[in-house]
Amino acid sequence: MSDLFQDYSEAAGRTGAYDEMFTPGQQARKSYGQVAGALRELSLADVSARADSMARTFLDRGVTFDFAGEERPFPLDIVPRVIPADEWSVLERGVAQRVRALEAFLNDVYDKMTVVSDGVIPRQLVTTSAHFHRQVHGFEPAGGVRVHISGIDVVRDAAGTFRVLEDNVRVPSGVSYVLENRRAMAKGLPEAFGQQLIRPVEEYPRRLLSALRKTAPAGVDDPTVVVLTPGVFNSAYFEHTLLAGLMGVELVEGRDLICRGNRVYMRTTAGEQRVDVIYKRIDDEFLDPLQFRADSMLGCPGLVNAARAGGVTIANAVGNGVADDKLVYSYVPDLIRYYLSEEPVIANVDTYRLEEKEAREHVLDRLDELVVKPVDGSGGKGLVIGPDASKEELEALRKRVIADPRGWIAQPVLQLSTVPTLSGDKFGPRHVDLRPFAVNDGEDVWVLPGGLTRVALKEGSLIVNSSQGGGSKDTWVLADSPQVPVEVIPRPTITVRERVSVWPVESNWRDSQKEQQQQQQISDAQEVTANA
Amino acid sequence: MLSRIAESLFWIGRYVERADGTARILDVHLERLNHLPMEEQRSVAQELLAVMGARPQNDEFGLPELLNALAYDKHSATSIAGSLGAARENARRARETVSSGLWESLNTTYYGLNQHRKDVVGTYRFCNWVLERTAMVSGLADTTVSHDESWLFLVLGRSLERADMTARMLSTRDVLSAGMSWVNMLRCAGAYESFLRTRRAAFGDQHAAEFLLLDRLFPRSIVYALRDADECLAKLDPSAQRVGFINDARRIVGQARTFLEFHRTDDLMSELPEHMERVQKAVSQASDAISRKYFNQADELAWVGEVS
Repeated sequence: MSDLFQDYSEAAGRTGAYDEMFTPGQQARKSYGQVAGALRELSLADVSARADSMARTFLDRGVTFDFAGEERPFPLDIVPRVIPADEWSVLERGVAQRVRALEAFLNDVYDKMTVVSDGVIPRQLVTTSAHFHRQVHGFEPAGGVRVHISGIDVVRDAAGTFRVLEDNVRVPSGVSYVLENRRAMAKGLPEAFGQQLIRPVEEYPRRLLSALRKTAPAGVDDPTVVVLTPGVFNSAYFEHTLLAGLMGVELVEGRDLICRGNRVYMRTTAGEQRVDVIYKRIDDEFLDPLQFRADSMLGCPGLVNAARAGGVTIANAVGNGVADDKLVYSYVPDLIRYYLSEEPVIANVDTYRLEEKEAREHVLDRLDELVVKPVDGSGGKGLVIGPDASKEELEALRKRVIADPRGWIAQPVLQLSTVPTLSGDKFGPRHVDLRPFAVNDGEDVWVLPGGLTRVALKEGSLIVNSSQGGGSKDTWVLADSPQVPVEVIPRPTITVRERVSVWPVESNWRDSQKEQQQQQQISDAQEVTANA
Repeated sequence: MLSRIAESLFWIGRYVERADGTARILDVHLERLNHLPMEEQRSVAQELLAVMGARPQNDEFGLPELLNALAYDKHSATSIAGSLGAARENARRARETVSSGLWESLNTTYYGLNQHRKDVVGTYRFCNWVLERTAMVSGLADTTVSHDESWLFLVLGRSLERADMTARMLSTRDVLSAGMSWVNMLRCAGAYESFLRTRRAAFGDQHAAEFLLLDRLFPRSIVYALRDADECLAKLDPSAQRVGFINDARRIVGQARTFLEFHRTDDLMSELPEHMERVQKAVSQASDAISRKYFNQADELAWVGEVS
């Protein structure tokens, strides 16, 4: 290894976490063989030049997220995160299983709630969730799917086992970075791609579009899909434009839509055009001022009624938030057993439910050792990591937990696995998580090979959110064998049609240097004669 | 104007456009090539070179050789460096006619050719740089040269070469059919967003091919480029005929364009190689005819001599 990895093993040892690239003896794992080989060839100057160029490309292309009103490029690290085929097949199954269970759970919650009557979860769990929307109770959405798009966050603990950290079935974001990261890496570290098959990610927009069209209201032959964005100031606006662009559909804002007779139309220069499927990228609370926040300017009045009447498909369905409530999360293994009669493929992280008295007392005694999270937070908001928190913060937390025990859960501090990450002039271990994305078209749950690996750029930090100084890594899933043997299409033979070119230097004898020099020589000679 | 100058301008137009098109093709295909296993990489590199109109010297021809042949080889008119060098040489011979803005931008480009690393990563940047430079050259030509006869020759060269490059671009798809999506093909031509705006839901191979071949409004489509060339030719030789065309070039360009425009598109995909072949042939014939008529009237004179 070059000097870039000097001190790496020592730093990795300090974290006590599982390192994705190296075994404890500083040997590159098999899946990382090619990456390690490519990095070995590079000097610090190469690596930083490439990292700079990748960052510049992102900024030029506008691959940014909005942070406090400012467009920032999403930092992409040059070392990819590699997942071997066997580990991926487990993850893939686990993610798909979870999505199927949550889908069944949501159908049940907004219908008969057999899960409650069968005693799997307390009724209170559902009814006290901030995202349980009675407005959408009692109807099956058009197309029959509720969780079209999901992002299931998984992490690897110190023992190297994958665990689910949380489910995102409302508006999971980040897939645009997966697509852009791969493009940037293909140009930034081409050596590492060569001899191994890395499963492509570029089919995502196509899969998404086909799933959205497939779940259109019944009786629509050629459904029109739109992406509904809150607008240019949303932190994920870049993602909305990218997905709409790649799917070739319109990106609409609430003011472009109009509901009439339980159908949705968009205003175009050619009059009003019917919209059949809305890929909703705004929060439920802002979607429909008739049902939710009356002051919302982002949504369109009447959408929920249109959905109820089956005139439009909204993806993801309204009210999904009840399934990614972090307290419900703690019941997901039971839900998998209940709905699917299967054992969970990926385990949860151990979770204390603070509304249970014993657990609460146990946790309140050990606040400084645990991570405490609000149940409906996202983006790392409100989360308190015990060992890093000050006494005052813990005291404030204690009061808030006692005041609203339903609003919080606690988990042990997980040492997330690490991947080498460029920091200054060398690589250091940094903690990562992984968000695989799944697309559900009603028949099949497809999991995008890879997903978004977020990395905490600060040494020792466990918070990977982009809004809190996180970056990302390209995520490579290695293909087992040459995937499906590509059928060999007989290629038409290529005729070499040579270029017509007129090379000014040689095409014209008048141009030839010899002649001109000759002339020069003659005149020189004449001059000499004249002088003589 | 002098035939010699007209010829220089015609070739400036062609070479600059050739550099631009080659850079686009290289940029997109390099990414693909890089992902292929060694063996396949080699054969694809050779086929790609063939599509671009050159033959590999030997069987050892692989990715590094391809980079050299298409980007850096100053002695080959197929490469970007060669094209830009030739464009600059042509401009040097017509320096008193072209604007100083145009000359300087070509000259600066020429001296910038060496300032790039010639590995894969460097080539991506090189391609981007070339796209910027060629856009600048065309922009300066557009705004600093008066749109007279000399300008017409420049544009004529550019549009013919553009039709040829788009045809080659479409032919490269056969080479990498395994993984080359139409998305990349459209990106290659810079047509992706335009395509999506016009053909929203109808997305697929056939539509993308149609767009690059037949769209009447997208400037890099073959039909558009041929129409441009036709207009230039008409302006260069405005003599009105009651019947037919005397001008060979106009006949060739017009035939190629109308053949495409009026052809049924049901079997477009299977006929694509044939179409591309026809377009490339027409471009080279038209170029010959133009040079016979405007640049090098020797054979016409000889014929006149025989009669008398």
